[in-house]
Amino acid sequence: MVDHAPSLDASLSQAARRPMPLTESAGARIALIAIALGFLLLFLLLPLIVVFAEALRLGLGSYWAAIREPEALAAVRLTLLTALTVVPLNAIFGIAAAWAITKFQFAGKNLLITLVDLPFSVSPVIGGMVFVLLFGLQGVFGPWLAAHDIHIIFAIPGVIIATLFVTLPFVARELIPLMQKQGTDYEEAALMLGASGWQTLFRVTLPNIKWGLLYGVLLCNGRAIGEFGAVAVVSGHIVGLTTTMPLYIEVLYNDFNFPAAFAVASLLTLIAFATLILRAILEWRADWQLARSRLH
Amino acid sequence: MIGGAVAIRQRSIVPGFGLSVGVMLTYLGLIVIIPLCVLLLKASDAGWAKIWMELSSLRTLAAFRVSFGIAFLAAAFNAVFGFIVAWVLVRYEFFGRRLLDAMIDLPFALPTAVAGISLTQIYAGNGWLGSALAKTGIKVAFTPLGILVALVFVGVPFVVRTVQPVLQDFDRETEEAGALLGASRWNILRRVVFPPLIPAVMTGFTLAFARGIGEYGSVIFIAGNMPGYSEIVPLLIIIKLEQFDYAGATVIASLMLVASFILLLAINLLQAWTRRQQGG
Repeated sequence: MVDHAPSLDASLSQAARRPMPLTESAGARIALIAIALGFLLLFLLLPLIVVFAEALRLGLGSYWAAIREPEALAAVRLTLLTALTVVPLNAIFGIAAAWAITKFQFAGKNLLITLVDLPFSVSPVIGGMVFVLLFGLQGVFGPWLAAHDIHIIFAIPGVIIATLFVTLPFVARELIPLMQKQGTDYEEAALMLGASGWQTLFRVTLPNIKWGLLYGVLLCNGRAIGEFGAVAVVSGHIVGLTTTMPLYIEVLYNDFNFPAAFAVASLLTLIAFATLILRAILEWRADWQLARSRLH
Repeated sequence: MIGGAVAIRQRSIVPGFGLSVGVMLTYLGLIVIIPLCVLLLKASDAGWAKIWMELSSLRTLAAFRVSFGIAFLAAAFNAVFGFIVAWVLVRYEFFGRRLLDAMIDLPFALPTAVAGISLTQIYAGNGWLGSALAKTGIKVAFTPLGILVALVFVGVPFVVRTVQPVLQDFDRETEEAGALLGASRWNILRRVVFPPLIPAVMTGFTLAFARGIGEYGSVIFIAGNMPGYSEIVPLLIIIKLEQFDYAGATVIASLMLVASFILLLAINLLQAWTRRQQGG
């Protein structure tokens, strides 16, 4: 009987001749890239192109006219007011929450982290509706608020509170893992050298977390500007008074005023672009900072 | 007294425990915990008869079928294509790769209402793609298929962004070992590369599914919102609220809340599994 098993030498030289299959064949690679590109072009790029094409369909003149309508400007103002109120509050909450969770060991921490995350997993519509149940005319505090002539639902405070709910986790979620990684060594050193708690926060902790904080603020701001579901429940769609930009888009679209709806939508799209670009810059800064801290 | 405090937390020289925990609990309490408890209390106020009536109504059942069924399909679609996109972005070099990578997060950044009207304009009967599809007899806008398109859009980043880092950290030596031992590329992929990526894909799938069942803004424009056919649960909640059927709205919303809790728990477990796979 002849031994057909190839010797080790032979199989090694065979392996050396044949390229090792460490990647897919050129055909498969091209096909996969084509599938990925096609998928992203169809689902991501096309909607973007449509926004600007539809916004400019009637020319630049009517585009400008649409975004300079008093109602459109009122929507822009309300959106900015909402973002300017919500973002600082959630940033302060985020810093306090991250400080509490990362600087101390105490019972129930994981439950608290889950509660911080909760607004992300709840439908935004529910995020708006809970405040209708609290402050609406038939809500828990409804009769009392009505008696004192305080308007929350179908008014600006409702819009702000609903936005607070949906954007609550952004800053905290960025800061908690970051501060966990950094530990408490720097803070303990500062405190032992005689710094007060606030000095430690402002001179040691905040400079260390500034990029993460900015990142969270950026994401929080983007969502606050674009929030729709939660705000739709509490706003009442009073044009010029309680319609944020996304709600104003809905009003225009339902009136079949498509060019104007897309004109306002194009503004929000530009804000989304700006958010993505700033995000990329912050990520690059954070990587750079990380790389530098490794070198030292 | 002091002994009790020590049992709850370990001593630390860092100050601000009371203040930071106080701010956190007050804020969380006012904005998240109390409102959600009020929702659950109101739902239990409704009484079993009302709860049963609400949950057995054909319209509610259909809305749950539409929301959960289509969110599941969209998440599955994203699991497949998101995996391919993550693979291509990590493993291949090609022109425009970085730009493509930056585009992935667009659905997170773009307001849902903008996505909603844009997708509707594309897929409506006289729209950019809708008119061509209409000739082949396929209707997308104002049908459940339209909901699927919207949910695929909002779900794109989840699978890509959970698979990408795992793939980046993937130890290629095991692949090389497989190749040296003479395995074909397909066998290496199937037996060496794919199994450790399963937890990440499942995490991304579950995140996309959880987002899909609650999604409102991008869906309502394209859905057509026909009760029993293309009406989603979040819209049904809003309709009940507008009709001052608070009991009905709270019952449905509570059920959604419970579903979100379960999914959040599942996501946490899946993420822990992903980390273990990465570490081991």
